[in-house]
Amino acid sequence: MSAFLLTALVKSVLLLIIVLTILAYLSWFERKVIAHIQSRWGPYRVGPHGLLQPLADGLKFLFKEDPTPAGADRLVYFLAPFLALTLAVTSIAVIPFGPEPIRLFGHETHLGIADLNIGLLVLFAITALGVYGIALAGWSSNSKYSLLGGLRSSAQMISYELALTLSVVGVLLLAGSFSLRDIIAAQDGRTAWGFLPRWNVIAAPFPQLLGFFCYFVAAVAETNRAPFDLPEAESELVAGFHTEYASFKFAMFFMGEYANMFTVSCLATIMFFGGWISPFAQTPLWAWTHFLPTAVFAALGLYLVWDGIRYETLLGKIVLPALGLILCALAALFALFPGANFFVQGPFWFLLKVLVFLFIYVWVRGTLPRFRYDQLMAVGWKLLLPVSIANVVLTSFAILMWGAR
Amino acid sequence: MSPQLIIFFLLAALAVAGALSLILARHPIRSALSLIVVMVALAGLYLLLGAEFVAAVQIIVYAGAIMVLFIFVIMLLNAGEEERTNLSRIATMAGLPLAVALGGFIAAAIARAPLLPPSSAAAPFGAASTKSLATLLFRDFVFPFELTSFLILVAILGALVLAQRES
Repeated sequence: MSAFLLTALVKSVLLLIIVLTILAYLSWFERKVIAHIQSRWGPYRVGPHGLLQPLADGLKFLFKEDPTPAGADRLVYFLAPFLALTLAVTSIAVIPFGPEPIRLFGHETHLGIADLNIGLLVLFAITALGVYGIALAGWSSNSKYSLLGGLRSSAQMISYELALTLSVVGVLLLAGSFSLRDIIAAQDGRTAWGFLPRWNVIAAPFPQLLGFFCYFVAAVAETNRAPFDLPEAESELVAGFHTEYASFKFAMFFMGEYANMFTVSCLATIMFFGGWISPFAQTPLWAWTHFLPTAVFAALGLYLVWDGIRYETLLGKIVLPALGLILCALAALFALFPGANFFVQGPFWFLLKVLVFLFIYVWVRGTLPRFRYDQLMAVGWKLLLPVSIANVVLTSFAILMWGAR
Repeated sequence: MSPQLIIFFLLAALAVAGALSLILARHPIRSALSLIVVMVALAGLYLLLGAEFVAAVQIIVYAGAIMVLFIFVIMLLNAGEEERTNLSRIATMAGLPLAVALGGFIAAAIARAPLLPPSSAAAPFGAASTKSLATLLFRDFVFPFELTSFLILVAILGALVLAQRES
């Protein structure tokens, strides 16, 4: 019992550190990608390629003045950002990151903190509570813009939660389990022709393309991201629900939003794109794909070294080649030790797919204009909800006729 | 004391505290927040009984959907602190003895109830609780279950008709 608690505690602390770093660099990633979409450079002053920008932002958040608006409901005003961040980060605890257990000091433990057999339901339960952070922030600030943002956000989240939950029912029917590990395991193997993986998005008997479409649109709306960022529409509501928040309380909302993006991308990967399963077949013909992580790390590392040598500032000339050499060392580690290479396959593919979804998030934000409020409601109720119900009906019919698989 | 018992008393205390704060709070939003605390504590108690599915659905439906609607309406109407009227003072006076009496009734009923052996209460749950619940709902009690959904549909239609007549 105590060993179990201890491993859970150690894993929680480690995951928290890793995830918070990832979230910080997600903001850097988003600003860089958006900037390049708009033909700008993005952050590049603080550190080489702006790599220290998240650190500078964090320090700035810590030292800013933190006023409480007059007439605010103090307790709720303080509670709201905590709710937003803690709930968003808690949901990451349910996500499994790789198939292979890790062995350290005689203990064997899986990647991911909690392996629940109702994992998906717990995720949805935590997401469902997440709306309170935003709604209460809007209400407690005693400001008309915040209140409107909070109202919009709660209406939007109620509307899209239905489509979000219904869109994954097809996947549940195919897998027959709420456990995220079981859902991934059910997608292992190849389709009838052998050259495609049997991921749910293209799986027999009924490909979950519709389900994925509904899931992703509803998920973008649930995380209040563009083009569904009506709750913080800066052109009409100043900043929406977090207008009156400054300093670290604002940073908590910010990190909560990125944490939600990360969870939603992980869930899309798990539900529809086979989680940690490699897109290549596991036959001897495709054995070379086991060295793809090595190749990617080595190529990235060599590029960083090459780029670092040509960089203008002295700091860049030191930091970038050092980073590149670390990546090259990792690549060498995978190439030389088959155990390490075997272990890294799952997390590599998982995080690669998550990165693709995060990129799509940013890409969509850089491309599409914001919806009008009535359009938002119409899309949720008149398009996504019927389509996801149709997906459930068609999937269950296909399973009834041809069986699951 | 076993860890389960400690967690039970923590959750029970949380639920009671939330319920008290629900009644005592003057502002509707505070009351609604207290109700959410009660719901989450109840979900924790269900988890302790091994009913994982019911616990998750308790949070998704009650805390996540119904209470969001409550808070939405309170925010939309911008309801302020409740005012003390003569009637509410009378209700407080009459309510206290009534609450004591109700507590006495419940305590007496619990004292007279036969103690169930702990194993029988936890028997239908466990690892396959979601599956056994589905079997109960969709095979053994499918008719009452479908009838309930029909009832909810009628209620939705009724709400629509009433809303249409207003405008």
